[in-house]
Amino acid sequence: MRRHFVAAAMAVGVALGTGLAAQPAAAQQHLRIALREDPDILDPTLARTYVGRIVFASLCDKLFDINEQLEVVPMLATGYRWENPTTLIITLRDGVRFHDGERMDAAAVVYSLNRHATFQGSFRRSELAGMEKAEAVDPLTVRITLRAPSAAFLSVLTDRSGMILSPRAAEAAGREFGLRPVCAGPFRFVERVAQSRIVVERFADYWNPSVIHLDRITYLPIPDNNARIANVQSGAVEFAERMEPDHVEMVARNNRLRVVQVPELGYQGITYNLNNGARAQTPFGQNPRVREAFELAIDRAAINQVVYGGAYTPTAQAVPPANPFHVRDFQPEARNVARARQLLREAGVQTPVRVELTVPNNPDLRQVGEVIQAMVREAGFELRINAMEFASSLQAATRGEFETYLLGWSGRVDPDGNIYTFVHSRGPANDGKYSNPEADRLLDAARVELDADRRRQLYAQLNQVALRQDRARMYLWHRKNIFIHSARLQGYVPVPDGMIRVQGLRLN
Amino acid sequence: MGIWLLRRVGQIIPTLLILSVMIFGLQQLMPGDPALILAGEERGDPQVLAQIRAELLLDRPLHEQYLAWMGRVLQGDFGFSWRIRVPVSELILEKLPVTFQLGLMAFIIAVLIGVPLGILSAVRKDQPADWAANGAALFGISMPNFWLGILMILLFSVQLGWLPPSGYVPITEDFWQSIATTIMPAFVLGTGVAGVLMRHTRAAMLGAMSQDYVRTARAKGLRERVVVWKHALRNALIPVVTLGTIEFGRLLSGAVLTEQIFSIPGFGKLVVDAVFNRDYPVVQGVVLATAIIFVLLSLLADILYMAINPRLRRA
Repeated sequence: MRRHFVAAAMAVGVALGTGLAAQPAAAQQHLRIALREDPDILDPTLARTYVGRIVFASLCDKLFDINEQLEVVPMLATGYRWENPTTLIITLRDGVRFHDGERMDAAAVVYSLNRHATFQGSFRRSELAGMEKAEAVDPLTVRITLRAPSAAFLSVLTDRSGMILSPRAAEAAGREFGLRPVCAGPFRFVERVAQSRIVVERFADYWNPSVIHLDRITYLPIPDNNARIANVQSGAVEFAERMEPDHVEMVARNNRLRVVQVPELGYQGITYNLNNGARAQTPFGQNPRVREAFELAIDRAAINQVVYGGAYTPTAQAVPPANPFHVRDFQPEARNVARARQLLREAGVQTPVRVELTVPNNPDLRQVGEVIQAMVREAGFELRINAMEFASSLQAATRGEFETYLLGWSGRVDPDGNIYTFVHSRGPANDGKYSNPEADRLLDAARVELDADRRRQLYAQLNQVALRQDRARMYLWHRKNIFIHSARLQGYVPVPDGMIRVQGLRLN
Repeated sequence: MGIWLLRRVGQIIPTLLILSVMIFGLQQLMPGDPALILAGEERGDPQVLAQIRAELLLDRPLHEQYLAWMGRVLQGDFGFSWRIRVPVSELILEKLPVTFQLGLMAFIIAVLIGVPLGILSAVRKDQPADWAANGAALFGISMPNFWLGILMILLFSVQLGWLPPSGYVPITEDFWQSIATTIMPAFVLGTGVAGVLMRHTRAAMLGAMSQDYVRTARAKGLRERVVVWKHALRNALIPVVTLGTIEFGRLLSGAVLTEQIFSIPGFGKLVVDAVFNRDYPVVQGVVLATAIIFVLLSLLADILYMAINPRLRRA
């Protein structure tokens, strides 16, 4: 009997090993992409996750896109001009069809913009708050009137706010539109099984068919980093997004895989509680000299080396080097423990200065916290690390239940999206409640300044006021988006926004 | 028997009501405002937050929220996921077969390994076979699921390329592919349970083997095989069945880490993602569904006792 069992087990093993093993890629041009999370609803008006935008890149074309240099380039639009500082004229591409066969025209653009701006529960509302009205001038021309000049408005149309939906499908589906999105992208929606897969197939009537070589794309949410790398190593997927710096070395010798690293649009930084409730009433929250000492005690490059193998780019500002509004001569100060100690003496505070650092509970961020803890101890700080689950840490920050908070931001193409909401006294994500009328004035001026050089000057001044003088917050580094893909995949163009644009992709 | 069954089923209703209050109440104790999470990067905008709270009834008193939820649940409506707007009942029906298949396969693996090993080590007490079986059980119990999972992926998927590293194919779509995608997670889950089953089977068998009726059976001159299989095992199985149903229930509700590593879209993954995203309707719906399954399983265990042990039928 025992012998029979062993024989049967072996037979099953052999059958599994040969017949049913890892399935070969079914169709010839079927790309499988491993995502780090499961996207939320696939409705450009209601969606709010980064990972959702990766899927939209194949489903929903936008009025404009950005290229590798972060320049705004036409997509469904053919061009634009400012009639005056508050009136934008957009001309549209002729002959574009939605997945349901309807024509993409000025009426559809006006419908989509209005839906994004006014639909109940829309997450595009604040992005489009500056839009007074949108109207169709003729079938291929749209006029958008703004309430005030806005330097950032065009870049808003390069993301979800610029995605054009089929009005017929959107009207019919209402709030359920995201269950079967109908847009004008190169791929049409086929099916979604929550937490398992999202499948899209090539749209035959796409307006630019010559750049589409894939027949089908399957997006597979695989949150575990080790599982995601195993999938791409074993050939079960051809593309894996947002990998970790330590994976780079792991696959460096594998000639069937390629690693792509792109600097991100956002940053990692530390928010200080300066004015949000009782926790701000400490020497740290009230005295910029103490915060200056804290910053001088931290060596960004060393933390980056220890925790991320030197993969990231240390920074002192919110805007990464690839962005035209990056201020070149505003660099991190070198670590200076002697000067930090002297500042604490000048501030007249009792050492050690006790400070709490709230850290979202990820292994790498906890490690960052520990390295900072060791560094600032030498200057006279006693740093307590408070690791919290992400959702709870956000709530604590909003309520002012923190002293310092280690938090990242995914970033926006326009610098306003990286700064205003966190630094302006009326900024909705200004958790530390920093407030300085001069900083507000500079931010408001930069928002409406259409001349790039003058705008960069305003941001340079802002850095001096908010960061050097007031020490309102501290920026640590710009991360990198790390992608690992099969060597079979050709034509991937990395753009700092971390999206996987499907145009030009091909499997050999 | 009929009256007993009716009474037993009658007990289920208050149990589930109390459970529903607990599920709802415990969730309110979770830190983190769901409106903040749902607002995402718009979390600083009070208008957006107010709008979300109003839409999801979060601005109402707790008892009103509970009654609104229960009212809908009693009509079979579990609400919809705040995150992906899919009805929760649809999600449950979609994930339940996945988790059930995984749980069942793991359970079969556990029984096939655990019970024979338990019997073997009881019959060969204090001999090398016993030591080996105990060692194997200890390995199964103490090996962390996620670690064993990763090792198996590295060996069978990355090195040998025999099995897909993750994902799931429904059994209705492709039987063999479905087995191929679930065999590794089922084995990982099953080994832990096998260890527990082995230890309990061994203890129960040792207890049964020292009973008078076993001595009588041996004295009658029955062959050892008949003594073990027909007399000792049948009695020893009762606590094992109890434990088995509890473990099966646990497999259905607690495969979180394993589902995460193998990206199996089952109950565990659903509820963990929902907790982190503060997707309350999904958490409530799935936990309630799991509780119902648990209650039904314990009813099944009671019925199985009766089938195995005739004396209970007369009691």
